[in-house]
Amino acid sequence: MSDKWQMLTLIGKDAPGIVAAVTSALADSGVSLGETSMLRLGGNFTVMMMVSGGADEARLRELLGPVIEARGMCLHVDPIDAHLHEHLVPNVQVTVSGADRVGIVAQVTAALAEGGFNILDLDSDVAGSADEPVYILLITGIATEPVEAIERRLEPLRADGVSVNVTPIETYIG
Amino acid sequence: MAILEILKVPDPRLKQVSEPVSEFDDVLQAFIDDLEEARQDGPAAVGIAAPQVGMFKRIVIIDCSGTRKPVPNHGHLILVNPEITHWEGYEPGREGCLSVPDYTGNVIRATHIKLSALDRHGEPLEFEMEGYEARAAQHEIDHLDGMLFIDRVVSRRTDLFQRKVYQKGGKRKKG
Repeated sequence: MSDKWQMLTLIGKDAPGIVAAVTSALADSGVSLGETSMLRLGGNFTVMMMVSGGADEARLRELLGPVIEARGMCLHVDPIDAHLHEHLVPNVQVTVSGADRVGIVAQVTAALAEGGFNILDLDSDVAGSADEPVYILLITGIATEPVEAIERRLEPLRADGVSVNVTPIETYIG
Repeated sequence: MAILEILKVPDPRLKQVSEPVSEFDDVLQAFIDDLEEARQDGPAAVGIAAPQVGMFKRIVIIDCSGTRKPVPNHGHLILVNPEITHWEGYEPGREGCLSVPDYTGNVIRATHIKLSALDRHGEPLEFEMEGYEARAAQHEIDHLDGMLFIDRVVSRRTDLFQRKVYQKGGKRKKG
């Protein structure tokens, strides 16, 4: 398998069958997938996929053209320097929730960054209702300082009425 | 002797159901020593199950005494023909496996279990386990039934946080 990877980003209105249509078009032409992540964000289909197999951007656009046009989707392709089998294992999870307002993610991640925290995974969502939206943020990553130190960094958010949980992740290997 | 080789996915033998141990002879003792050696050789391995080295007998070893933060545990355990007799509670937690290199994921396991087993000489054992150690026992016993953690892995996005919140809410209602 070629080690040349492209990062393919595809967004559009969500509907059943998009992943099947896209990946079939790729597979039929020998394009191989690496790590991928599909999420539904605000009713939109979004996917990022590492693809390899010798196809450049022009070729990928040609292969996916019919699917993209039929569904009115946006495609973005970037050559990337990427490698498989380099997973990092998180050791801390941070969960945050509170009344939605501007700046929760910025405040949390700035405090984490000050402590050298390496975010591996971040998901955030707006729950609650239109009248009372609640922001929920879930972060996993690698901390180099103790959980108590991270708690102290996030203390100002608590004073602000935001709920913060910092939990060590002890990965079981067996 | 050479360290036993760990079977890795997609080796179909990992799906095989293991047989109970009936003979507690010298062959078994030697095998258990070799299994322990393989466990200690595995990078960061806390537990191991016999089928992971191609021996389809119901034997597992776990040792949860070495976590970064101490957790409730019964030390180094050799469990022969282990059986979980009681399950309670559930929570997601991160797992990896010697047989599944370079992948970790969240798996929902019972938080409290009761377990009966035999020791390496065939004497009966009973344990109540919680949290990380209960997870270890469930992960290893799964191997004896041909199950891997990747058969049980859950989405990081939907399960991890929401279930915890739900559990807390449930507890409050009861109290």
